[in-house]
Amino acid sequence: MKANNMKKFLLALLFAPIAALANSGAVHLDKAPDVQGDQAALQSGAKTFVNYCLNCHGASYVRYNRLTELGLTQQQVKENLMFTAEKIGEPMRVAARPAEQKQWFGATPPDLSLIARSRASEEASGADWLYTYLRSFYRDEKRPTGWNNTVFENVGMPHVLWELQGQQTLNHESHKLELAVPGKLTPAEYDKQVADLVGFLVWAAEPDAGFRKKLGFGVLAFLVVLFGFAYKLKKEYWKDIK
Amino acid sequence: MSKESKVDCGRRRLVVATAAVGGAGAVAALVPFLSSMLPSERAKAAGAPVEVDIGNLEPGQMMTVEWRGKPVWIINRTKDMLDTLPKLADAVADPKSEKQMQPEYCKNDTRSIKPNIMVAVGICTHLGCSPSSKFKAGADEGMGGDWLGGFLCPCHGSTFDFAGRVYKSKPAPDNLVVPPHTYLTDTRILIGEDKKGA
Amino acid sequence: MASDTQYEKYKSDGSLQGNALEWFDARFPATSMWRGHLSEYYAPKNFNFWYFFGSLAMLVLVIQIVTGIFLVMHYKPDASLNASGIPVAFASVEYIMRDVSWGWLIRYMHSTGASAFFIVVYMHMFRGMLYGSYRQPRELIWVFGTLIFLCLMAEAFMGYLLPWGQMSFWGAQVIVNLFSAIPLIGDPLSLWIRGDFVVGDATLNRFFSFHVIAVPLVLLGLVAAHILALHEVGSNNPDGVEIKKKKDANGIPLDGIPFHPYYSVKDIVGVVVFLMVFSIILFFAPEGGGYFLEYNNFIPADPLKTPPHIAPVWYFTPYYSLLRAMVWPILGIDAKFWGVVAMGAGVVILAFLPWLDRSPVKSIRYRGPIYKTLLTIWVISFFILGFLGTKPPAYAFFDVIPGAPIAQILSAYYFLFFLTMPWWSKIDKYKPEPERVTFK
Repeated sequence: MKANNMKKFLLALLFAPIAALANSGAVHLDKAPDVQGDQAALQSGAKTFVNYCLNCHGASYVRYNRLTELGLTQQQVKENLMFTAEKIGEPMRVAARPAEQKQWFGATPPDLSLIARSRASEEASGADWLYTYLRSFYRDEKRPTGWNNTVFENVGMPHVLWELQGQQTLNHESHKLELAVPGKLTPAEYDKQVADLVGFLVWAAEPDAGFRKKLGFGVLAFLVVLFGFAYKLKKEYWKDIK
Repeated sequence: MSKESKVDCGRRRLVVATAAVGGAGAVAALVPFLSSMLPSERAKAAGAPVEVDIGNLEPGQMMTVEWRGKPVWIINRTKDMLDTLPKLADAVADPKSEKQMQPEYCKNDTRSIKPNIMVAVGICTHLGCSPSSKFKAGADEGMGGDWLGGFLCPCHGSTFDFAGRVYKSKPAPDNLVVPPHTYLTDTRILIGEDKKGA
Repeated sequence: MASDTQYEKYKSDGSLQGNALEWFDARFPATSMWRGHLSEYYAPKNFNFWYFFGSLAMLVLVIQIVTGIFLVMHYKPDASLNASGIPVAFASVEYIMRDVSWGWLIRYMHSTGASAFFIVVYMHMFRGMLYGSYRQPRELIWVFGTLIFLCLMAEAFMGYLLPWGQMSFWGAQVIVNLFSAIPLIGDPLSLWIRGDFVVGDATLNRFFSFHVIAVPLVLLGLVAAHILALHEVGSNNPDGVEIKKKKDANGIPLDGIPFHPYYSVKDIVGVVVFLMVFSIILFFAPEGGGYFLEYNNFIPADPLKTPPHIAPVWYFTPYYSLLRAMVWPILGIDAKFWGVVAMGAGVVILAFLPWLDRSPVKSIRYRGPIYKTLLTIWVISFFILGFLGTKPPAYAFFDVIPGAPIAQILSAYYFLFFLTMPWWSKIDKYKPEPERVTFK
């Protein structure tokens, strides 16, 4: 009926802008799995981080002793995760010198403590960006490192995890990435390892996030109770007013 | 407002109840602010235990390390130094270390774990200056003929023996603090932590 | 006038507290302040939703000051790089977030409070527009309010530099450079404001001084003046009717009720509801979708690398749009300068409202269709200008309709609404005002 068609038209009109906005802009970013509740995943991510990333990137706001919040003992942190620091209260500093790195890579590798927050945008979370980025390296002979990335064009960073993922190439007709040489892990296993690493970075960007949300529920519950009392009190006094 | 001389009990009770709930919230809200003034993780990390290697510390020698911003003395006491301690039972204010200026495991005649190794915070218990060492017995140190050896605080004249015990009638009220410490090996001491973990 | 009333000094009932209070009151206007401003300040009984925002603004001011005090215990205004190559100021904020006990909560309260301040103040100002609270005899309250708004903008702008992130740095760089657009004195003025050739450590330290001490003191003084001016003439109300015109035998307005206990108890409810909304943001979405804590600001300031898109924080964006709308040089002076003028004029023109509005009634409830239509368009424009201010200048709606010409049209409308008001407010159709207040 006419009214129904009108409704459909208006609904389409309502959603068209959203569709239009959604298609504008850059590379599509995959959704990173949420592993914040999974301590084993975060521990695995910490291990990957310390073994592969800490050589070039610092995480200078994260102290080693904070890693015990991921379910590890101080002993485990000292033995498995601390390579360059002496005391467990020290922050995760990079061993290399920033000036030298600028020479080698063209840019100083940024500190990663906050990368999961700074890479967020209106379209996707920082975790999504990182998850997609770490899976989007491809062989490119024109680059000094031999690697390029569809998410970060002409990035100075080589594909540090290439042995795990294998080597991808970019198909210039379909604009899709294809696995030319397999790595030590299957694509599913590699995705899991990256997801865990990204989960660790999300945790590292705001270690108090979990507690913050829990406290929020408590505070709101309290305020609801207080509201009950305050409202009753207001009503009681305002009985006088006509 | 109300012309009645009688206090409205229901209203009063509601005011008190609301004030109580609100007050509880206010006190709870105060906790984060006051806690934020406690030592931060950075301060705690800087104040972390310090490991010291005493392998090269000769008898009669003293070394100083820093822990929590304060000097900590480690003295390798000779037999002569240790022999002075029982002689001073009447000269010092707290010969048996009754006052809790040391961990339980150092509440003994030598105020130490190993008899010859003395670990003490080098800060006078009067007003916080760091005493100077006056190890030589006798009048040589300018301390008077019956001086057996120990420490003199330059600020107000308090004196301490080789176990850090304060002499009687001096401005300082207490023996020198012995920090919690433990031996990782025969020659490595961890200052700032007990065996059970501080 | 309110300040003419003479209140009797307190007489003790013989108890210890009574005696102490009598001693104190003989030497300090304690009971006269209590009575004049609270228990015998008669406010109209028909205050509605829009009347919560004044006390909420005071609450947010207290929140910002208290959280600010505790943040300053740990924050360091130092642009130099630490051993890890991070600017000390930026690192000190992360120190607060991670190493200081409960530091993250205090930081989020302050950042959420800053945005909350503007939401509350915009609502508070809009109430004034709806009910004609700026009309005679309340013009001075409104002028003080405009000054408070200007101070608040300065306070927020300078506070935003302190975390020393990319947005902090480049936002400050752009805004301070605007001053160089002023003819003749522009360049030396910018140099003087910055204390250096580019925004740097000198700028950071002086903005710290202004943000922590100078502007808060001025704000506190202006807020006191704002409230004193209000209490001198009495509050307006949603009907725009002067309650002092109808008093009882004791000289108390018939439609007036004592602020305490009625509005103290009602404002407590308002506070609790506000805290609920505040807490939801604070605990579950402190970044505010990237509007309250901007994503780019999690990157330390880099004087050599400008982020692809700089925009001021959301609460400045309507005025930023006014600035960007001015693209033509006039009288031989750069468009850049006229943009600054437009932005400033956008705020200052508010102060003239009491004299621009020639309506015979105060409140929207009795105003005609011209006003209601024009005001609605004005509000929608304000929002659209704000939205466009968050986008790059080349932004187009649905990728098709360019935003810049729309911003220009709406900016013109923003000013025309005020400038033509003396004319259309006279010719509009009005409804008769009631004698007594109504509860609608």
